[in-house]
Amino acid sequence: MTTLPRNPFPVNWPARFGWLALAAYVVWAAAQLDFTWSRFVSGLDNAQRFLSRMFPPNFSGDKWEMIVKGLTESLEIAIIASAIGIIIALPIGLMSARNLSPVWISWPARLVIALCRSFHPVIVAIIFVKAVGFGAIAGIGALVIASIGFISKLFAEAIEEISLKQVEAVRASGASFFNVLTYGVLPQVFGRFLGFCTYQLDSNLRNSTMVGIVGAGGVGGTLFAAFQRFDYDFVLAILISIISLIFAGEILSNILRAVFLDNKTISGWFGKGTSTTTVAKRGEEE
Amino acid sequence: MTDRSLKIRGLVKEYKRGVPVLKGIDLDIAGDGITAIIGPSGTGKSTLIRCINRLVEPTSGQILFQGMDLAQLKGAELRAARRRIGMVFQEYNLVERLTVMENVLTGRLGYMTAFKAWLRKFPPSDIEEAYSLLDTVGLANFANQRADSLSGGQRQRVGIARAVMQHPEILLADEPTSSLDPKTSVEIMELMADLAGKRNIPVVVNIHNVELAKRFCGRMIGMTGGKVVFDGDPSALTDANLKEIYGGENWIE
Repeated sequence: MTTLPRNPFPVNWPARFGWLALAAYVVWAAAQLDFTWSRFVSGLDNAQRFLSRMFPPNFSGDKWEMIVKGLTESLEIAIIASAIGIIIALPIGLMSARNLSPVWISWPARLVIALCRSFHPVIVAIIFVKAVGFGAIAGIGALVIASIGFISKLFAEAIEEISLKQVEAVRASGASFFNVLTYGVLPQVFGRFLGFCTYQLDSNLRNSTMVGIVGAGGVGGTLFAAFQRFDYDFVLAILISIISLIFAGEILSNILRAVFLDNKTISGWFGKGTSTTTVAKRGEEE
Repeated sequence: MTDRSLKIRGLVKEYKRGVPVLKGIDLDIAGDGITAIIGPSGTGKSTLIRCINRLVEPTSGQILFQGMDLAQLKGAELRAARRRIGMVFQEYNLVERLTVMENVLTGRLGYMTAFKAWLRKFPPSDIEEAYSLLDTVGLANFANQRADSLSGGQRQRVGIARAVMQHPEILLADEPTSSLDPKTSVEIMELMADLAGKRNIPVVVNIHNVELAKRFCGRMIGMTGGKVVFDGDPSALTDANLKEIYGGENWIE
């Protein structure tokens, strides 16, 4: 009897070649861009001057007022954009889930999502500034688009992974399409949907501090102006304030998750069935 | 009382063109008692049962129930017919993240508008009935627990309560005991027989356990290769019949 040659761990030559090619390209591209150590060292000098002028941060009277005004506007932009984005993303996500919707609905919905995701929020903000003029409304528009793109896409993917057995049982009871949605589909994805929403709120908060750079409202405009005037101590004050805001946002979204996800049934959300025994499956939600 | 009998005529189902899983089934199921369908895996028992409430679309043939051809129904008519057909599933198919109460009330969803269903505005009589059914199936204290916190046997009890909640005029059960241990299987069959008997609901049950089928069912239907090869009283089922249904004979004691 002849035995086949035994090799428990055969070499994957194409993969090996791929890694090698990737490494070679990175080295070549770095050389193209003058991405070298000596270039970095020559820049350090400049960094030292820049950093030394940042200290101490300038939180004095009128500057502080500007920061508070800018941050308040950023926060408002983020929350309004998240709220509108979530409301629009819910139906678009449902429509683009291929296991629920026929092709003639899911395909256009997917196109909308793809369009929303094509551009970085800053580019969308520039377009909105050109279309509706400077100010917070442009920032809100830009972040609504970003929220729709992100939440609908992940929501649709979550729906496509649900257990159809549960849906089948609800259908078998003679329930209408909307009742199948609220009883068979949404309970399975509701926790994840809220997870996406809090993540997007977090992301909108960060982006809302940036859209101001192109004139779409919020603290970003203040920051950009300070950079332009070489007002570096004010720049540092703004940066510290933004960091505090983001941290506060992080804590807020953790609280939201705790409130919503630890009592994940929809009925709990409406204040009924408060004694629901929840089986903690946090890991599954993330 | 309305006629609860079911007539199946020339039922064919092809998942792939030209490859029928059901090759022309003719069956008359009386309006009472429990009918067991036995047969090897992959012979179309599940498909047959799912054609009745149209979770599977039949390719051709008729399924006559209360003067309607279930195979032809569409949209609202189909949903109205489904409300009268209860179903119990092998893997229970409870909505895991809803509570036991919500799962039982799912049986009434066919009668609820979308808005009222979303707000859980079920009629008090339905809620009362759901509590009493939960009491009957021995889960009175579990109403507010989430379905995914229950054991297999408990889940199937909820599944049965959900089906009975529909006030069905026929009950379909697709291998209701196949995921359960032997003792629980018997309890589940007893529960179904009891509930259906008291309410005069005819039951059609797919089942793998021949002994269990003989014990609870008034009539046995043996299927093999997409055709009915035995139809009669459980006592009439011989080893020769079983050999024809399942093939081989070493497994028969």
